[in-house]
Amino acid sequence: MSMTKIAFAGALGCAVLAGSALAQQALPIPPLQHAVPSDGLNAAQMRGQDVFRTTCEHCHGPGRGMPGTSSLAVKYQDTAPAIPALIEERTDLTPELVEFFVRNGSGAMAPYRKTEVSDDQLADLAAYLSRPRP
Amino acid sequence: MAGAAATPPGVSEAVFADALNRFAGVVGAENVYSEEEDVALYRDAYSPLWDEREEKLASAAVAPASAEEVQAVARIANELRIPLYPVSTGRNLGYGGSAPVLSGSVVLDLKRMNRILDISERDATVLVEPGVSYFDLYRHIVDNGLKLWIDCPDPGWGSVIGNAMDRGGGVTTGAYRDHFGSHCGMEVVLADGDIIRTGMGAMPGANTWQQNRYGYGPWVDGIFSQSNYGIVTKMGFWLMPAPDAYLSGTIAAHRHQDVIPLIDVMNRLENIGAFTGYPQVGSPVLFQAGAGAAPEELEAQARASGQPVWTCRLQFYGGRKVNEAQWEYCQEQFAAAIPGATFQRGEEYDLPLTPEQAEALGTEKVSFGIPNLGRFSIGARSEFNDMPTSGHVWFSPILPRTGEGLLAAQKVLFEAAEQLKPYNLSVLPMPFANWQRTFIFLINFPIYRDKDANRQTREAFRKLVKICAENGLGEYRTAPAFMNDVGDTYSFNDHALRRFHERLKDAVDPNGILSAGRYGVWPRHLRT
Ligand SMILES: Cc1cc2nc3c(=O)[nH]c(=O)nc-3n(C[C@H](O)[C@H](O)[C@H](O)COP(=O)(O)OP(=O)(O)OC[C@H]3O[C@@H](n4cnc5c(N)ncnc54)[C@H](O)[C@@H]3O)c2cc1C
Ligand code: HEC
Repeated sequence: MSMTKIAFAGALGCAVLAGSALAQQALPIPPLQHAVPSDGLNAAQMRGQDVFRTTCEHCHGPGRGMPGTSSLAVKYQDTAPAIPALIEERTDLTPELVEFFVRNGSGAMAPYRKTEVSDDQLADLAAYLSRPRP
Repeated sequence: MAGAAATPPGVSEAVFADALNRFAGVVGAENVYSEEEDVALYRDAYSPLWDEREEKLASAAVAPASAEEVQAVARIANELRIPLYPVSTGRNLGYGGSAPVLSGSVVLDLKRMNRILDISERDATVLVEPGVSYFDLYRHIVDNGLKLWIDCPDPGWGSVIGNAMDRGGGVTTGAYRDHFGSHCGMEVVLADGDIIRTGMGAMPGANTWQQNRYGYGPWVDGIFSQSNYGIVTKMGFWLMPAPDAYLSGTIAAHRHQDVIPLIDVMNRLENIGAFTGYPQVGSPVLFQAGAGAAPEELEAQARASGQPVWTCRLQFYGGRKVNEAQWEYCQEQFAAAIPGATFQRGEEYDLPLTPEQAEALGTEKVSFGIPNLGRFSIGARSEFNDMPTSGHVWFSPILPRTGEGLLAAQKVLFEAAEQLKPYNLSVLPMPFANWQRTFIFLINFPIYRDKDANRQTREAFRKLVKICAENGLGEYRTAPAFMNDVGDTYSFNDHALRRFHERLKDAVDPNGILSAGRYGVWPRHLRT
């Protein structure tokens, strides 16, 4: 097995496994790549990123078989200025907008109940997706 | 329209307020949801009744954290006659989401009960609580380096228990694809708050609860699936030991009539264990020629395009040499039964997959027991679809696993589509082999936030239920809007089975508080 490092979205945080640990692992962990690294995030944004990785990334991540990303690529294909298909890379999302979509859904995306994404988690998620960019 | 019902039917505001207070005493006020905006989150986002008077709405939701809390909630509900509707992860999209069947029910949301209580690599078993999703279980297995596979449905966010309770299916090996069939042992809270364990779980001190399904005496597990007789708080499952290698191969048959031996050989080979994965029967030309094309047309089209009329893709899990030998044997068997059959070797992997290999699989990850959500591309916005749906309802009839049965059932659906032309149904039914001895069709009816369109969809759906039943094709599962309709079609001896279900219901839940109406089984006070 190669020595490549793979990113690993844990329920409690994220870790990086090196080749030796990988060898013991029975099963792989897609997605291989997250769109946004954790560097420079504050605590709330970091928690929000964790929620994103466990809850949203299965549809809004990079890579194959991502209905959120592929739908939004089409929705915004002709927009100027360009809006990225990856919601983590967007700079136009406000906390209110994120909260609206998570509690109301959109098309194939069903809303999340509070037992799935609590109000506190949603505040973190909103902080992450609307974080100011340099 | 409001997204929540005010009170359960026949329950006064005062009694309801008392019930909610007492529920809060059990689970904590923060785990009782009665504000309209919170309760509205329990609406079925894919409801074919969205915003109509008949839409199935909860009146409140309660989220316990343990079996003891479930018992306490059931006792209160039973005393005050409050209808409860348990869900595990409540992601039953396409078959009802997290909404109750009876409007005004209080959803008992078990999502917070999310512990993996016991998992054994050696026995290849797991015991889980209802809130454990396929993602959670997969993650746990990976984090602990266990050499176990799960069998997941296309949507990875569902509950291992919830999916099994609705008798869902997956796509690995036969014994595991039937999710209810692969369970072993249950813990169930009854309507009066009593709690039972089934199989070996009934014997204190036995350590074989997840190994022997039956224990002693009448086996009752089945009556809790697709029903409303109890609230499952724990359930065991058999898991597949992680195989060392994977291989796939496709058989191509070039004459229309070949479908008969193709499926016969496929069945025999699966039932003797000569291939171990999920078999997929397809027809590339049927998709191009469209519904109802005659056999000669299909063959002509196949010749012109250089494609087969039928394909059958087999998958093998095991060791490299075993897979190789099995594929060789399967080819011999098909070649002997189908003149001119051709063979194409497919993907081949040493397992476990590398993350790169897994990533490249997209939605096919499920064939390797890796949960994902890729299938939600159905109806979503794309280059070809600028009108994304608000989900869909599945129409999923059971049909014989034979070539004749398949052709006959396809004919029924093609003719139904013709007869129901004003509804603009597009049916191109291909068979799915999730369950080992039958096929099912999976036809999705798109849902929009458009009452007229949804009304038409419901009409067409109901007509199709009838037409199919007249031809012996019955749904394996359905959304709450259609549960009575489908229930009506299982009518042998003047609905004797339903009458028996009702007798059971009256015996185990005399006040009729649990999941009233689920699968067409109503408590006495709500029967018409
Ligand atoms: C795009 C798409 C693809 C799909 N593909 C598949 C597929 O491949 N295979 C498949 O099986 N399904 C599939 N489905 C249907 C469905 O989404 C899944 O079956 C899903 O797992 C069900 O939701 P859940 O697991 O959250 O179950 P829940 O919603 O928690 O439970 C389903 C029902 O079972 C009963 N129930 C659940 N838990 C309990 C309990 N503890 N006690 C008593 N009763 C209980 C309740 O009546 C509940 O409404 C698909 C749906 C969509 C939209
Ligand atoms: C089952 C797949 C799925 C999951 C899981 C999912 N989404 Fe979505 N989401 C979609 C799809 C598909 C769309 C696009 C709908 C459309 O075509 O307009 C979307 C749209 C959105 C939008 C609207 C963007 C816009 O400009 O229209 C936001 C914001 C969003 N999702 C956030 C989230 C967040 C946050 C989560 C996690 C809590 C999440 N989604 C989980 C599938 C998903």
